[in-house]
Amino acid sequence: MSDTMPTYIGRSVVRREDDRLIQGAGTFVGDMKLEGMLHVAIVRSQLPHAKINAMDMRAARNVEGVELALCGADLKEELPPISGMQVAAPKTWRDGMDPRIEIPDQTLVPHDKLRYVGEPYALVVAKDRYIAEDAAELVEGDFEILPSIANAEAAAKDGAALVHDHLPGNIAASLHAKTGDGEAALDSAPHRLKKRFFHHRYAAMPMECRGVVAEYDSRTDSVTVWSSTQIVHWVRREVANALDMPEERVRVVAPDVGGGFGGKGHVYPEDILIAYLAKRLGRPVKWLEDRHEHLLNAAHSRDNLFEIEVGYDDDGRISVIKNNFLVDSGAYSPVGAAIAGNSIAHFMGPYDIPHYEADCKIMMTNRTPNAPYRGAGRPEVAFAMERSIDLVANELGHDPAEVRFRNMIQPDQMPFAVGLPYRDGVMIEYDSGDYPEALRKALNGVGGLDAFRKRQKEALADGRYLGLGLGCYVEGTGIGPFEGATVKIDPSGKVMVATGACPQGQGHETAFAQVAADIWKVPIEDVVVTLADTSHVTMGYGTIASRSAVTASGAIQDSSDKVKEKVFAIAANVLEASESDLELRDGSIGVKGVPEMSMTLKEVARAALPGWIHQRPEGIEAGLEGTAYYEPPTVTWAYAANAAVVEIDTATGEIKIENYVEVHDAGTLINPGIADGQVKGGLVQGIGGGLFEELSYDEHGQLMTGSFMDYLLPTASDVPPINVIHSETPSPRNAFGFKGLGEGGAIAPPVVIANAVCDALKPFGAEINSTPVRAEEILDIIEGGAAAVS
Amino acid sequence: MLAEFEDSARPLAGGQSLVPLLNFRLSRPEFLIDLNGLPELSDIVDRGDHIAIGAMTRERSIENSDLVRSKAPLLHEATTHIAHLPIRSRGTIGGSLANADPAAEYPAVALALEFEMVVQSVRGERRIKAADFFEDVLTTALQPDELLIEIHVPKIPSNSGWAFVEIARRHGDFALAGVAAQITLEKSSLKDAKLAVCGAGSTAIRLTDAEEIILRDGIGDDAINAAAAAAAAAVDPMSDLHASAAHRQRLTGVMTSRALKKAAARIGSLA
Repeated sequence: MSDTMPTYIGRSVVRREDDRLIQGAGTFVGDMKLEGMLHVAIVRSQLPHAKINAMDMRAARNVEGVELALCGADLKEELPPISGMQVAAPKTWRDGMDPRIEIPDQTLVPHDKLRYVGEPYALVVAKDRYIAEDAAELVEGDFEILPSIANAEAAAKDGAALVHDHLPGNIAASLHAKTGDGEAALDSAPHRLKKRFFHHRYAAMPMECRGVVAEYDSRTDSVTVWSSTQIVHWVRREVANALDMPEERVRVVAPDVGGGFGGKGHVYPEDILIAYLAKRLGRPVKWLEDRHEHLLNAAHSRDNLFEIEVGYDDDGRISVIKNNFLVDSGAYSPVGAAIAGNSIAHFMGPYDIPHYEADCKIMMTNRTPNAPYRGAGRPEVAFAMERSIDLVANELGHDPAEVRFRNMIQPDQMPFAVGLPYRDGVMIEYDSGDYPEALRKALNGVGGLDAFRKRQKEALADGRYLGLGLGCYVEGTGIGPFEGATVKIDPSGKVMVATGACPQGQGHETAFAQVAADIWKVPIEDVVVTLADTSHVTMGYGTIASRSAVTASGAIQDSSDKVKEKVFAIAANVLEASESDLELRDGSIGVKGVPEMSMTLKEVARAALPGWIHQRPEGIEAGLEGTAYYEPPTVTWAYAANAAVVEIDTATGEIKIENYVEVHDAGTLINPGIADGQVKGGLVQGIGGGLFEELSYDEHGQLMTGSFMDYLLPTASDVPPINVIHSETPSPRNAFGFKGLGEGGAIAPPVVIANAVCDALKPFGAEINSTPVRAEEILDIIEGGAAAVS
Repeated sequence: MLAEFEDSARPLAGGQSLVPLLNFRLSRPEFLIDLNGLPELSDIVDRGDHIAIGAMTRERSIENSDLVRSKAPLLHEATTHIAHLPIRSRGTIGGSLANADPAAEYPAVALALEFEMVVQSVRGERRIKAADFFEDVLTTALQPDELLIEIHVPKIPSNSGWAFVEIARRHGDFALAGVAAQITLEKSSLKDAKLAVCGAGSTAIRLTDAEEIILRDGIGDDAINAAAAAAAAAVDPMSDLHASAAHRQRLTGVMTSRALKKAAARIGSLA
């Protein structure tokens, strides 16, 4: 970055977003009111799987105030499906994963059949939402109920009905990967364990549901879309493609966004439909997703079934893991095989396991499409792996902590080659960190292992059941393929930064101002940050996958470097000094050691202007503006160790989490206060998934959780004392030492809770191999009514 | 107005159940009669042997009432279990009782303490005992033209103990099982025992078998265990996403036991 100490990076600078957000002055899609704006209600399937025989829109169209009512047949010729749902994967990844990928494209509004409860099949545009909803109820459909596929195992059965006729066996993709020789290692392992693990379905539940407003301008033949999304550039591409317009004539903006967590990380049919309606009607159109729609239709996540075989020796040293798993992807797979790829790549976590084989099938079922949610394939495998370690420890009578230490990659093994390709096609090499130290710190955070075991024993003598749960993971962060940034020195002297990052509450305006202020050695007040607007950066990728700190900072750095070249050249010209004698300092550029010889960035910007009075040296083009697309070499590896102490009420089965500790290392932190909030927020979501949140389906594929009465989010009173301890081992893969941290917190809690409960209930032989962990199930175990649950 | 509109109107009290139903389009009355303009229905008054509470009294006001806290502490404690503060600030006692959600706290307290409901219509006023008020899920003895206007809450006798305990998947949710208990001693033997459960059937249920056991056998551990078993046997809950019927049933036993122990420990603690 630069040769001097950072001024802003590493400080908990107060978030500049908070002024407006705390005062209720933020602007969300829901706040937008445009002149003449129309409102959309979407009619959604209540059937898991049905053939559409006929649609009758007449009654809906006849309602006063309805402008337009359309069903799939009306749109069939008008709009193509969302294209390219399989995120591009490099050849080296394909070579390593042996994938068969036939991810189906998602029809915006199907005309032939319905594949999940919540799928849109008609829409009504009216002068207000009330009328639109009233008319939506009058849409008549003649449906023929088809046999439904309620889950991944049902999808895999011989003779199962097909969700997509062209996908035999309901398999949308299969992946295989290996390192070492799994079969041989299993044959020669002194001990083996074979288990099934199930990680249930839950989802990002942002405070703000989704929403889209679009406006068409006939003078310039352009469309502006405001969407509550994490990926404005991707939305722009799909809208432009569907409406057959140049991307330059489509502007997509994400205004303030109230949470995304991955659930807003891909293009949805509504993003395109609302833009289409605005263009077709020539009036602004708004659709806001209500919570019921969100539960039905916004992407769900997790929902994996594992069959794991582990080979290990008397010390608990694991030599081999075979990982066969099914992903219940629902009716579509909006980011293709990306999550399953994550699952395969992250299984072994911080452990040195020489032999590994993975076999995955992504199954199509009559459930809501499955897409990444905070953790994205990692909580699932962390559950299987970290439960396996506890089970190995129990089999051998060792402490689970000890078995972890024995299997962990030691700091002197860094960088550590895993032997598998990452999603970016590069062979995985953990870049930096001290995994055993993180676990030691986590154990100390709950009072130390020996002290806890003593306390646990004493409590048991008192009839109280305490348990310690551990969970460790690594997380590839800062993934490419790229991020874009444009940096300009404005004639006012302000440093203008725009990137393709699309925050949803992360504090990017503050964090990237800190980064740019340090790059330019200016007061942070002189950095203006613009985000989530395609009109400010030509190409961008967006904020998903714990990537923006690394990738957007890299792009800001590279674009700043381009501008700096000109700033130095022009300043050298004006100050009549050599460029190598110049330095940036406090909003100026000047001669090192000569305080009076300097000019402000404002003066440089004016000297750089085109025209008759410029002061540019020969060969330097006018303007101080640079754009760069940072393509990271590969991911950086964040990691964490978790420890939690629980107490079980053996009369009710209730779990009380006494203390939850996560030791988290995301390299150099830009803003420790923001980082702390990020990790804690993730932990709360993980605890929610571990204990409460569940998208439940009945055996027919009917979704049972249509409101927050049924889908239980953790509230403030459900959050235990949480202690996050940050380590900062810089990544060698970027100039700043950054790693990503957006997702980490959400990965471990489900397995930490399961391990803790099983540890507490060891006297009852508890073995919980599925999530969420429920009091009822615990009481069944205590009463001897159930053995292993999986 | 209720008489005029008959079934096409619904009175709107605190709106904490009706408004979500309207939002989901599950309830579609042609007319809403807003009771929020009737301040005379929100007083808490000492009437000697009982406390009279206006039907529109907010749950939060009941929670904060010194009179309720000192003379009907079971009602006070039950109130603290209702949902969350913003909901208690809007929700009313009359709304909760008239809605008759089997998992709500107030109907159980009403049964245990034997509230009297004062209802009015153009035909006049009548009083309904709690035992006759709750008929089925979300169904009461109120006629379509009748409005619940006041609730009479008997004061706690001296030498009594009370407890409201409940269990829910999260704090503030409707109970999987909640038990209201009030027991009264005379000299050293039990004179009265009042027990009711919510969340474990189609209405709140008075646990008469359990009451008889402790009236007969006292409040030692064995009697409490037997009463808890009788309570569990007396309920016939439904299974749903949050708990099976069997789980609710055993929780009813656990909550009964805990409520009795807590109530016993509190005997004589009121000034």
